[in-house]
Amino acid sequence: MEFFVAQLLTGLANASSLFLVACGLSLIFGVTRIVNFAHGSLYMLGAYVGYSFMQTLPGAVGFWGAILLAGVVVGIIGVLIEVLVLRPVYRAPELFQLVATFGVILVIQDLTLIIWGPEDLLGPRAPGLRGVYRIMGEPIPKYDIVLLAITPFIALALWYLITQTRVGVLVRAATQDREMVGALGVNQAVLFTGVFALGSALAGLGGALQLPKGGADLLMDFHILAPVFVVVVIGGMGSLPGAYLAAVIISVLNVFGVTYLPQSTLVLMFVVMVVVLMIRPYGLFGREEVAGEHGQVGEPELPIKPASTNVRLIVMVGLALLALLPLFGSSFAMVLTTDILIFCLFAASLHFLLGLGGLVSFGHAAYYGGGAYIAALLVTHANSPMELAFILAPLGAGLAALAIGWVCLRLTGVYFAMLTLAFAQLLWSLVFQWGSVTGGDDGLVNIWPSDWLNSTTAFFYFALIFSVGGILVLRHVAHSPFGYALRAARDSKRQAESTGINTQRVQLLAFGFAGLMGGLAGALFVFSKGSVFPNELEIARSFDALIVVFLGGVKTLAGGVAGAAFFKGVEDLLTRFEYWRLVMGLLIIFVVIVAPQGIVGSIRKAAIRMNVLKQGKHS
Amino acid sequence: MLEVDNINSFYGKAHVLRDLTLSVPHGNVIALLGRNGAGKTTTIKSIMQLVRPASGSITFNGQGITALPPHKIAKLGIGYVPEERRIFTDLTVSENLLVGKQPPREGAVTWTEDMLFDLFPNLAERRSNRGKALSGGEQQMLTIARTLMGNPSFILLDEPSEGVAPVIVEQMAKVIQQLKSEGLTVLLSEQNLHFAQAVADLAVIIESGAQVYSGTLKELNSHPEIRDAYLAA
Ligand SMILES: Nc1ncnc2c1ncn2[C@@H]1O[C@H](COP(=O)(O)OP(=O)(O)OP(=O)(O)O)[C@@H](O)[C@H]1O
Ligand SMILES: [Mg+2]
Repeated sequence: MEFFVAQLLTGLANASSLFLVACGLSLIFGVTRIVNFAHGSLYMLGAYVGYSFMQTLPGAVGFWGAILLAGVVVGIIGVLIEVLVLRPVYRAPELFQLVATFGVILVIQDLTLIIWGPEDLLGPRAPGLRGVYRIMGEPIPKYDIVLLAITPFIALALWYLITQTRVGVLVRAATQDREMVGALGVNQAVLFTGVFALGSALAGLGGALQLPKGGADLLMDFHILAPVFVVVVIGGMGSLPGAYLAAVIISVLNVFGVTYLPQSTLVLMFVVMVVVLMIRPYGLFGREEVAGEHGQVGEPELPIKPASTNVRLIVMVGLALLALLPLFGSSFAMVLTTDILIFCLFAASLHFLLGLGGLVSFGHAAYYGGGAYIAALLVTHANSPMELAFILAPLGAGLAALAIGWVCLRLTGVYFAMLTLAFAQLLWSLVFQWGSVTGGDDGLVNIWPSDWLNSTTAFFYFALIFSVGGILVLRHVAHSPFGYALRAARDSKRQAESTGINTQRVQLLAFGFAGLMGGLAGALFVFSKGSVFPNELEIARSFDALIVVFLGGVKTLAGGVAGAAFFKGVEDLLTRFEYWRLVMGLLIIFVVIVAPQGIVGSIRKAAIRMNVLKQGKHS
Repeated sequence: MLEVDNINSFYGKAHVLRDLTLSVPHGNVIALLGRNGAGKTTTIKSIMQLVRPASGSITFNGQGITALPPHKIAKLGIGYVPEERRIFTDLTVSENLLVGKQPPREGAVTWTEDMLFDLFPNLAERRSNRGKALSGGEQQMLTIARTLMGNPSFILLDEPSEGVAPVIVEQMAKVIQQLKSEGLTVLLSEQNLHFAQAVADLAVIIESGAQVYSGTLKELNSHPEIRDAYLAA
């Protein structure tokens, strides 16, 4: 019993930071409809900035002052992000804004590295709160008790702000109908910036508050992201009490998990999320999303047409050049091209889902990494020949996608996206924590192809055939009746259904098919590298694919492939520099602001303007 | 007070307003009539800049407003009462009014919550109820009251009689007459000719986004052929 209470108290103390960060994210989403992926980065900045202030300001006043100042500074950084990065893209398709926040993540990562260096920072202890209190005989750190005690007050203050002040009323009104709020004379730009500042400040506070417990390191941004999304989604997007309750549930669960099921703490969190969403699809306190709010804005898209002869010619020449690469290219060029090809297939499979199906999956790495792991596991544990593993991997990934899709497709919009992310994280944590089978963090190694494919050239041709083949199959399906049905289901579910299309089934099959193709890319990957590590399943990998699809152009079939080729190439160039993330992040933000149609869309627009292509005639 | 001059508005490629011209003199209630889909709502949204006209100009008290964002237009004293009411359903009646609140404006009535509750007694009893708990008629009153909280000198009323009970329509007519007597200028979009006749002085009829009639309601009554050609029975 004593132990139980002690665990509960620790869980409640841990909930404090998580709650602050989650409520910031929730507030920002509620008003601006932006899922701010950079929120974890703001949390990380809060920790670093707080650390620096604690180094200079003395005593207890300095310590608590540093925490508040960290909140203020991060709030100001939030304003800069909102004004410089997001404001120019509010009118772009909604999900495009996500990509801008990915760019911000990269920029903040490198800026933090430049300013504070690569070493993990040990958080200073709170002055006067070094020891422990004995509660029912169990030692509880004094700082935990203080955190636990102040969190309800912070929650209360937020609650007061949101429910009892005019600003709060405006925030809630804008959450429902921002256009109407504007038409009543409220300057939305100021409201958005204000909300972004407040949300960022909360993330910063959360980062600084946890310093004595967790310190500061460069991985904090991604590490907090998953639990924060889980909390926001479980609690219900935009609900403060929901965020508090969910933060407590997750933190307490985590503390008990560490004690009783140390191998499955991460898995546990996502299992809870999946269960909650199956019972309450919009979270504990969430409201159903207003239909139409998440539609893509912008011009209606051009009909997809078979490639014109010109385009075909260019593609043929390109393929011929690729086929001849071993004759003139170095083996390094072949390896790099193999990487690019595999990534193109991965991106094309996501593009199929996202562009044609309108199904924004945040967790597509599950099938890519999943395919890679299935192949590696078969080879490692069943001594399977490479050929068999190579066939079974995409099939397994496709089946997994069918199962996961079946659950996720019950939701739409952001909730769908979050649930796909949760499943991907679930898989990642399974692989990460189930070390005896998956090798955990050490990955699985020695997964080489059969002898006949052992040379770089042979594998290059193998990868070329399967990735180009896969892309062509995806393209073919897009032009088939199934592809049309999928697009009909995306554009108007009701209309599609009235013409006899079973939209649910079409979308599920598409999800499975995209998973299969992602798995094929993963299988190619594992045999090209000879090993696989959990990071192939990570959020960052899913983001990579999302970024290239958005930047390549969601509305053009070639978008995924072009984006992947371009960015893999650029990344290869950039990663030679120390601060490549900074450059890459700025590049992404630049493309988002300057070329919101993506690369292919912009090229096509330019071509139409120069009369190379006639509008609507070609794709 | 408001001059709409040759505006053209589009939804995507659909050309909805065609060279529409309209003039609203100060202190009048002017009815904007026309059949379903004639473009009444689009006209009102174009004035509010919620739909941006591709060409033409709109001036309010001599000032061009076509380049302004909606919140600045509201700040100039133009109140917008949308067709779909668009009250904030999770907010209480009082909170809805608070969203609309703006500083006092010279030359316009400065409304308070209590004054509005006098005007709409039904709302007074429901001040701490959430918007979603209100009846259709109460929601319609709330959306007007919310706009009045901004102390407008001119309001755009989009079909206030639509889908509400006859008693409420009557009450609505009284309210509009009272607002007019207090010096407010009103542009009222309507399909209900009876209602328009009860409150409006002038009428403009539009058809397919272009003006086809402009005059007093009395004149319109003496030309049943126009009425029959452009208005639903
Ligand atoms: N968001 C929109 N997108 C595309 N077309 C629209 C949109 N809103 C209205 N329209 C079209 O524009 C035309 C004018 O519509 P509008 O709503 O202005 O008419 P209205 O006179 O207000 O009709 P009602 O009496 O039904 O309210 C109609 O043909 C309508 O179908
Ligand atoms: Mg209308």
